[in-house]
Amino acid sequence: MTERALEGVRVLEYCQMVAGPYCGKLLADMGAEVIKIEEPSGGDPARRVGPFPDDVPHPEKSGLFLYVNTNKLGITLDPRTATGRRIFRELAADTDVLIEDLPPGGMRQLGLDYETLSGENPGLIMASITPFGQDGPYRDYRCYTLNLCHASAHTTQFFVAQFDEPGRDPVPPGGFTAEYDSGLNAAIAVLGALFGRMLIGEGQYVDVSKQETLIGLERVDISRFADGSRAPARFGKQVGGLMQCKDGYVILVLPQDHQWQGLVEAMGNPEWAQNEEYATEFGRSQHVEELQPRVDEWIAQFTKDEVYHLAQKHSVPLAAVRSPEEVFNWEQARLRGFFAEIEHPVAGKLEYPTAAYKLSETPWQATRPAPMLGQHNEEIYCGRLGYSRQELVRLAAAGVI
Amino acid sequence: MSKKAPLEGIRVVDFTWAWAGPQASLILALMGAEVIKVESRRRLDHSRLRSLVAGPMVGPDSSFIFNTLNLNKLSVTLNLSQPRAVEIAKAIVKVSDVVMENMRPGVMDRLGLGYEALRQVKSDIIMLSSSAVGGTGPERSYTGYAPTFAAMGGLAYITGRPGGRPAPLMGSIDLRVGSTSAFAVLAALHYRKRTGKGQYIDLSSAEAVSALMGDVFLDYSMNRRVPPRMGNRSKFMAPHGCYRSKGENQWVSIAVGSDEEWRALCETIGDKRLKEDERFADCLSRWQNQDALDAVIGEWTSAHDQHEIVETLQKAGVAAMPVYDGPSLVQDEQVKARGTLTPVEHPLMGEKMVVAPMWRLSKTPAEIRRHGPLLGQDNEYVLGELVGMSKEEIEKLAEEQVVY
Repeated sequence: MTERALEGVRVLEYCQMVAGPYCGKLLADMGAEVIKIEEPSGGDPARRVGPFPDDVPHPEKSGLFLYVNTNKLGITLDPRTATGRRIFRELAADTDVLIEDLPPGGMRQLGLDYETLSGENPGLIMASITPFGQDGPYRDYRCYTLNLCHASAHTTQFFVAQFDEPGRDPVPPGGFTAEYDSGLNAAIAVLGALFGRMLIGEGQYVDVSKQETLIGLERVDISRFADGSRAPARFGKQVGGLMQCKDGYVILVLPQDHQWQGLVEAMGNPEWAQNEEYATEFGRSQHVEELQPRVDEWIAQFTKDEVYHLAQKHSVPLAAVRSPEEVFNWEQARLRGFFAEIEHPVAGKLEYPTAAYKLSETPWQATRPAPMLGQHNEEIYCGRLGYSRQELVRLAAAGVI
Repeated sequence: MSKKAPLEGIRVVDFTWAWAGPQASLILALMGAEVIKVESRRRLDHSRLRSLVAGPMVGPDSSFIFNTLNLNKLSVTLNLSQPRAVEIAKAIVKVSDVVMENMRPGVMDRLGLGYEALRQVKSDIIMLSSSAVGGTGPERSYTGYAPTFAAMGGLAYITGRPGGRPAPLMGSIDLRVGSTSAFAVLAALHYRKRTGKGQYIDLSSAEAVSALMGDVFLDYSMNRRVPPRMGNRSKFMAPHGCYRSKGENQWVSIAVGSDEEWRALCETIGDKRLKEDERFADCLSRWQNQDALDAVIGEWTSAHDQHEIVETLQKAGVAAMPVYDGPSLVQDEQVKARGTLTPVEHPLMGEKMVVAPMWRLSKTPAEIRRHGPLLGQDNEYVLGELVGMSKEEIEKLAEEQVVY
């Protein structure tokens, strides 16, 4: 078996939906042993979100749950019961990392705050992932992904302004992007804390705010406003952007002069493109009104794949706007092994995205599919904590697990 | 500095430029790694010179974009078209732990700085190469920027308004690629701490985008289905939207995920139509009648001030937030209270506001220790102290445009 980068790191995940579980998944994919704790009543709500095969809801078949929980062990536990809380503390006493996503103060209410848990395990790293962090006036605010994107200026700053229609509602990136972002950011923080532990010999508390995660991703644009000044005007319009071709859209980004030259060559050196003023970025931005229709017209005669390859052969940064279907069937991603088949006992064989990074010594691996609800109760409770099987039955009957 | 930073003692040689690579090494630098940015006047990081959003800069040391992406880093200037500069770069690698680059696949090899060459210099080196679509495969030489990564990875396609065009995504995509790179490097560093082994990391920017929408690919895998663009709407929640409030181009977002939240929203708005209309009686019927629902809510929001709406709804337990643009985000109470934006003194630009580290680590905090480096600012330290060159030698190489 190949080696794993985070072999030997033990993680406890008490999180739901996307951000926290994605953090756990990233660590699990790298070889950490991640135990996911779910409520006995129905588990992670992601199990109910789908997508489901043939749109038939089933707690073990949710595509969202399957993706963000691959490579983990799963147990059920209700820490709201006294016994559940005691078991939680037993688990936390023997782990390197605890990730949780309750609203601020939630773990304290359960008697499972960092002070308590680190008293029993000074090496513990505890990472809390919340919309706004552990302090500040919004710490108790409710916030779904949509609100999060809007409240971090992520919906107004991340578009190429010239392509958006003024006066309409700004929209967030599709899917759960902002939640995945937060999980990735938290995973970085957890690894940072693990290095910190090697330095100082003890664990620590890590506060991750989703709002700050998104602001961090907009650091370049935000820094334009950060001095309190109004927005400096955007630089003149660029040739390119989103353009329509025969079967969909392409995106062209063309800041550098040699890239414009490449495009002119790709277009077959038409006479209209020879104007010297077009040779510089500034000149092109001054003439964008006459240039853009010409480029639009040229692009419209191709399919997106045709013009993608043609432009790229001339080193022009042009890309096809690929649908998820086209990404799924994209030869480049296929040859790199970006999609891998994973067999799940209930959901069956499905192809999953793997990871964008290929580590030569510790490659991405699927060692196990996402856990079924309570699948590893016996392994963890009996095998690790030493409960008997009869106790397990009693714990289940009492709703603790 | 009273407290240690988590990556103290880790040294990174950073050949990255533009936005994605610098974000990756920025994360490590904020965590306390010593990041040495290798750059040259011959081919400057283009964020020193210009930007799609802000246009040309006054000079290479006066770019707020470069500053914000290169905090805590050191800068050494080496003209890598000169063999001697390549030798010096290797000497820096010899005393380092990580090498990062985001040039087009093959460029580092041609410079004599590919993984195999660097491994000869430092057997346990970790090297990350980040490129548009990865360092292998038929399209490996293809090039791109943030918006093209989003397009290739599938995210642009699923972003936008229902029935509308796909929406291009900008620089934040680069920074997502950077975060993905930083995570991979940290994992490799962890492995090296335990086993003493380095490794090579080949990263595809388009795939980094795709990984952030895994559930969408599972839907395709299961059902051969591609989701429609949803704008501000949700697959299952309603209301879930962006509503106009009082004032010019002012908006609020409101999302309701439970009956309890719905009742709180109805109480707050106090419009009989919401309470009494059968179409809004339960979660599913609300979802099915979103246009009518949004119209009633929109009537209320457009009569009220953005912050008043948010405060009232939050007090009642409903998820509502203002829609910020750059200037208004800077004024946000939470951002102010948490110090999310923090000043950094820059020798040429004066005090600049930048984004604070995106994690609060209680005992080994990530910190901003210095502004983005001036071009070649740390030549003396890197070439003198780390590599052991004499002052005269450095001066001579500067004349020969090796140190340049």
